[in-house]
Amino acid sequence: MKKHLSLTLLSMVAATVAMGSLSAEEAGHQEIERQKWSFSGFTGQFDKAQLQRGFQVYKEVCAACHGLKRVAFRNLVQPGGPEFPEDAVKELAATWPNQITDGPNDEGKMFERPPLLSDPIRGPYHNDNEARASQNGALPPDLSLIARARDSHREASWYIHPFLMLGDILNAYQEGGANYIYALLTEYSDAPADYKLTDGKYYNKAFPGHQIAMPPPLSDGVVAYQDGTPSTVDHYSHDVVAFLSWAADPSLDQRKRIGWQVILYLIVTTGLLYLGKKRIWKNIKH
Amino acid sequence: MGGHTSNYVPTSRWGKWLDERLPIARLMQSSFVDYPTPRNLNYLWTFGGILTVCLLAQIVTGVVLAMHYQPSDAGAFNSIEHIRRDVNYGWMLRNLHSVGASMFFLAVYIHIFRGFYYGSYKAPREVLWILGVIIMLLMMATAFMGYTLPWGQMSFWGVTVITNLFSALDTIYPGLGTAIVEWLWGGYAVSGVTLNRFFALHYLLPFVLTGVVGLHIWALHVVGQNNPTGLDIKQPSDTVPMHPYATAKDSVGLFAFLILFAWFAFFVPDYLGHADNYVEANPLVTPPHIVPEWYFLPFYAILRAFTSSFLGIPLGQYAKLCGVVAMFSAVILIAFAPWLDTSRVRSAKYRPIFKWFFWFFLFTCVALGYLGSKPAEGIYVIASQIFTLCYFLFFLAVMPIVGLIETPSRLPRSITDDVLSKGGTGLPTGATAAPESR
Repeated sequence: MKKHLSLTLLSMVAATVAMGSLSAEEAGHQEIERQKWSFSGFTGQFDKAQLQRGFQVYKEVCAACHGLKRVAFRNLVQPGGPEFPEDAVKELAATWPNQITDGPNDEGKMFERPPLLSDPIRGPYHNDNEARASQNGALPPDLSLIARARDSHREASWYIHPFLMLGDILNAYQEGGANYIYALLTEYSDAPADYKLTDGKYYNKAFPGHQIAMPPPLSDGVVAYQDGTPSTVDHYSHDVVAFLSWAADPSLDQRKRIGWQVILYLIVTTGLLYLGKKRIWKNIKH
Repeated sequence: MGGHTSNYVPTSRWGKWLDERLPIARLMQSSFVDYPTPRNLNYLWTFGGILTVCLLAQIVTGVVLAMHYQPSDAGAFNSIEHIRRDVNYGWMLRNLHSVGASMFFLAVYIHIFRGFYYGSYKAPREVLWILGVIIMLLMMATAFMGYTLPWGQMSFWGVTVITNLFSALDTIYPGLGTAIVEWLWGGYAVSGVTLNRFFALHYLLPFVLTGVVGLHIWALHVVGQNNPTGLDIKQPSDTVPMHPYATAKDSVGLFAFLILFAWFAFFVPDYLGHADNYVEANPLVTPPHIVPEWYFLPFYAILRAFTSSFLGIPLGQYAKLCGVVAMFSAVILIAFAPWLDTSRVRSAKYRPIFKWFFWFFLFTCVALGYLGSKPAEGIYVIASQIFTLCYFLFFLAVMPIVGLIETPSRLPRSITDDVLSKGGTGLPTGATAAPESR
């Protein structure tokens, strides 16, 4: 009887999950697939080598249009990030194609100079209008916060929803933005026959509305990795998304490390306080 | 226990000197050390202490954040990023403050529902209860203004939508609503001027809140705590001194609560927020879904339940006004609970009919919260209207009527009798009564 009941329950859950995914597809929502990340969950940390590769992809591909203005060159050196050697980053900054406008100098003139370690990683455009003018009216967003400024939602019936929420909280799921960007980078395709694509736009299943102004940025072999990682779109996408996740949340490693210390301290203290409370109340019925 | 006097005895000459001039140690001792608390309080009674800690934590983290924050159109968003990236442990302060707001509301809602279940609003605790409603209103105002400060897309559009609600008054007196809205904004649109004044108020209100919390605790210590039986304290054996008994239990509750707090602050700090708030405010781009923070969702659902009609009743031009009035009355109505409830029995433990309505009311509030997060279309609108009706019926029909028709189950004679009859030891009550007083 008990077994029968649990089987029924199980099949009900399976049916509702199936129904949930069905209704999501009917509504035209593309379910964003969840990727495996080294930094996901409550113990996850960034993988230094992956962040370094990710920065390489950013530098050689994304930086052609997108800035990273909230990240300074010095951040590439600090712990918890790609941790490039300081000398290498100094050299990188000195040769960065997008210079810093500084001044006024002694003659009262503004001038351009190469960035220092303390300067932000600037994109090619001085302002949004310049960007739009050279991108057919489209604005390539700054990527400093993009991994946190995007999200991917799961569609589910109202009675399944609370369990998904609880699962996400217990698994410390925070990678909605990372999964979305990964999907965006990898889900370019030809538009279906019945889809009217505007001229100069590209079909992308992950993008809301499915047409995006950014041409497919990655193709196999476009970046030459030094460490033997296969040069595929899949690897590029994972690496650059990891890098952007770090750029948006540079204190992640430290946050989770301190988090565990805090949680363990609190659990032990709660336990001790509980024992103390039990002892204090021992002779009192309550 | 208004009659409780302190048995404080100064132990030093200086203590005696001060006690004769400012008996603050005596006050503390009588309020927080030997203050008699009911012996049968369960863990739901630890939320008062938890809320005090929440308030203090918000003030401490908030004051430090304010040292690094710039309340201006151009500077606000950047300064938050500056705090997250460049200020030492700024990311931690920021997470503790934003998650802290959510935890504050979680705790206050549990505290309020505990009050509903055990009838803590009934005589003689009406003033205590009303002060509590005022605290909740102040919290809501503070949290709402605080949410505008990061100056992200959701901040900006949240303020725009909510402040615009006052324009509904235009349907009563043309121009009145618009005038109020422009007065709130300090201009013809939400701008840095609005942000600046909201920052000033966001810094001010917590101190007003602290004052009202002081009154709330004062009123509590005049009438004494309610307890799970809802019975008055009748004899010394009904109580134990606050310290070490209640304080020991409070600290267990507090630290258990802090585990949850830390989990959110350190592992899922973005979970309770919205991704759009990591995009800087832009008056030219409206986000696809504008949703408030989770703790406002039930009230937001009530607001949006009033579309051009409500459950088939056409509302015409008054739709918006009805929604606004309903939303604010949903909060204000709570203050009238002491007079709406006609039952003389406090605790729902002994109220067989009301008990079920309580759980259904809790379900109603959660359902409204869920509906508030959904787009206002189709079945969601109808469901919001039904649950809005349920919300108001709980106060206006269930509370008055159930109290009149219900036969309460038999009440124990006293708190002591109740705790001693538990566990079924079969011993005569006298045998184990009040061991601590022997």
